[in-house]
Amino acid sequence: MQNTGVIASDEPRYDDAIVKMFVIATIVWALVGMLVGLWIALEIAWWPANLGLPWTTFGRLRPLHTNAVIFAFAGNAIFFGVYHSMQRLLKTRMFSDVLSRLHFWGWQLIIVCAAISLPLGYTFSKEYAELIWPIKVLIAIVWVIFMINFFGTIAIRKVQHLYVAIWFYMATVIVVPVLHIVNSLSIPASFFKSYPIYAGMTDALVQWWYGHNAVGFILTTPFLGMMYYYLPRIAERPVYSYRLSIIHFWALVFLYIWAGPHHLLYSALPEWAQTLGMVFSIMLIAPSWGGMLNGLLTLRGAWDRVRTDPVLKFLVVAVSFYGMSTFEGPMMSIRAVNSLSHFTNWTIGHVHSGALGWVGMLTFGVLYWIVPKVWKRSQLAHPEWATTHFWLATIGIVLYTVSMWAAGLTEGLEWRAFDDTGQLKYPNFVDIVHQLSPFYWLRLLGGLLYFTGAVMMVWNLYQTMRGPLAIRMAPATAGAR
Amino acid sequence: MSDSTETGYTAAHRTLEGKSAMFAVFVTIVIFIGGLVEIIPMFTAAQGPGGLPGVTPYTALEVAGRDIYIREGCYLCHSQMVRPMRAEVLRYGEWTRSGEYAYDHPFLMGSRRMGPDLQRVGGKYPDAWHYEHMQNPRSVSPGSVMPVYPWLHRNKYDVADIQASMRALQRVGVPYTDTEIAGAPQAVAAQAQGIVDRLKQAGITAEPNREIIALIAYLQRLGKDGRAAIAAGQTGGPAGGEPNP
Repeated sequence: MQNTGVIASDEPRYDDAIVKMFVIATIVWALVGMLVGLWIALEIAWWPANLGLPWTTFGRLRPLHTNAVIFAFAGNAIFFGVYHSMQRLLKTRMFSDVLSRLHFWGWQLIIVCAAISLPLGYTFSKEYAELIWPIKVLIAIVWVIFMINFFGTIAIRKVQHLYVAIWFYMATVIVVPVLHIVNSLSIPASFFKSYPIYAGMTDALVQWWYGHNAVGFILTTPFLGMMYYYLPRIAERPVYSYRLSIIHFWALVFLYIWAGPHHLLYSALPEWAQTLGMVFSIMLIAPSWGGMLNGLLTLRGAWDRVRTDPVLKFLVVAVSFYGMSTFEGPMMSIRAVNSLSHFTNWTIGHVHSGALGWVGMLTFGVLYWIVPKVWKRSQLAHPEWATTHFWLATIGIVLYTVSMWAAGLTEGLEWRAFDDTGQLKYPNFVDIVHQLSPFYWLRLLGGLLYFTGAVMMVWNLYQTMRGPLAIRMAPATAGAR
Repeated sequence: MSDSTETGYTAAHRTLEGKSAMFAVFVTIVIFIGGLVEIIPMFTAAQGPGGLPGVTPYTALEVAGRDIYIREGCYLCHSQMVRPMRAEVLRYGEWTRSGEYAYDHPFLMGSRRMGPDLQRVGGKYPDAWHYEHMQNPRSVSPGSVMPVYPWLHRNKYDVADIQASMRALQRVGVPYTDTEIAGAPQAVAAQAQGIVDRLKQAGITAEPNREIIALIAYLQRLGKDGRAAIAAGQTGGPAGGEPNP
């Protein structure tokens, strides 16, 4: 009864209202993005789920799924992570509360515009850059607002040295607008349609320079930054190696940009560019694993807590999936492997081990930790549900990736299988498609488990937010290192 | 993690971490080296995509069809890129040369083959096949898992929109003349009528102003230009890897 009002905020100078806003947006868009993913997975397994309507066919919903997951779910997750950790690392409030709110509402407006325009068929067609030009202009404006707020906060910082998390955030803040603008340069034919200034093979190279680095600087570097802030905080251990963080940061941001052409192996792209893409992709293993090892080794001496703490479980599996997908990716960039894997479900499995495993699990883990903190609750409403969520998600990912590997290998091998006379063994494409059916249902099941866990999380976090305030928060262990 | 015994590059880096503007400048430089090295040469004649004799811009009706192809996200399940491998050439036809994409704004190579590649689909099936296929894929391709697209047979394309598209494409470098753009209504009508006539011979009555007609025009065009040049070995400019046995 005395609970309310007893709490004095431990960190009055920080703007945690903006953190809460981005947390809620992350949760809401996570459900939307995953639900659309489930729907299109069903469409692939069972075509009548396309409903025979223009707005619900796979070709229009797939961009909605990818945009919702990358820019709405992961995007908002990055922003709550940056706004929460940056203020504490730099021991200052964000540069401008007004810019923070413009950033938040501008970003949500972009997402709503995307959710309306994509099913209507308004698309630029380039993957992960499908939004039409007026929305893209809005993205550029909102990102500049974020950029000013970000560098403004650095300028007014109360701590001299920038911690490694900030380095990774900075890489994202700088690279994303450049990728976005260069790839989107186009001449409008109307308010809803524009044509890129690049043609054919050049357009393809610019697109995959963008596309691969969207993975690099939206789905990787900001989450590495979050790993560097939250993992040591939660495990209560210092980062394993400062030297390693320096080396792998600079190597990662330097090498990533080169790797785009691995999406265009065996295409009509000049040979030298294909080879550069392949070689740099293979080199990327080193800095990627540098990050993974620095994360996992930070847990030295805390491994016993992984057994009991669901938050650490999520983080450990997230970092492990990061290591796995950053090994798989370079392997798939080797020409000989790519000749088998390209165009198949293997690629779909690969991106989902990164998205569900690395980005998803890391975000869930941090959400379970951060919600009680910023809402001033003593603990989760249902701590044991978080463990159930963890197992549902992990089993879901395994079903997803294994079924997609099997499907990818099946189709990749059958597309190029010959009979004894040297003719195609499966000349009818549909025959191969049909063999994938069980894998598609298995993938749907995996996605369903993952989604079920996410729904449990949402209810758990909602009840935590609505639950009683903590009697007393531990005084600012939350202070930045 | 910080301690006072730092030496060498960690000490230097510690200093850099205190100078945020310089840090940002370093990050910017390091990040863009790779992109510049790879992308800039694509705009030079020596390294960029070579031309291919016989490749011409899409007609007005084909531009409309291509826009529909983009709107429906066809490229998300169908690639337009035959790789230089024996199995692919047997299944789809001649492997793709860069010059064939000369007027593709945007490129539509795709990244996933849920269905077969369409680079060489032009002329592979009669117009009537495509008409039926978009109405109900299973009527001509038993067991297909493709969605149905019946609205293409109902919706009409807008010639003024096509002209606006052609003007935008002209500005990004497609060599349409102003006369061609002005004459688009007549060109569209003539090409559409040809498709309607062929459909009629197959027993299908169709209106020339429907989206399905434009889409058929585009699909029937795919991969046809440049076939003669490829057969004659005039692939013009670097075209990527040589065929892989």
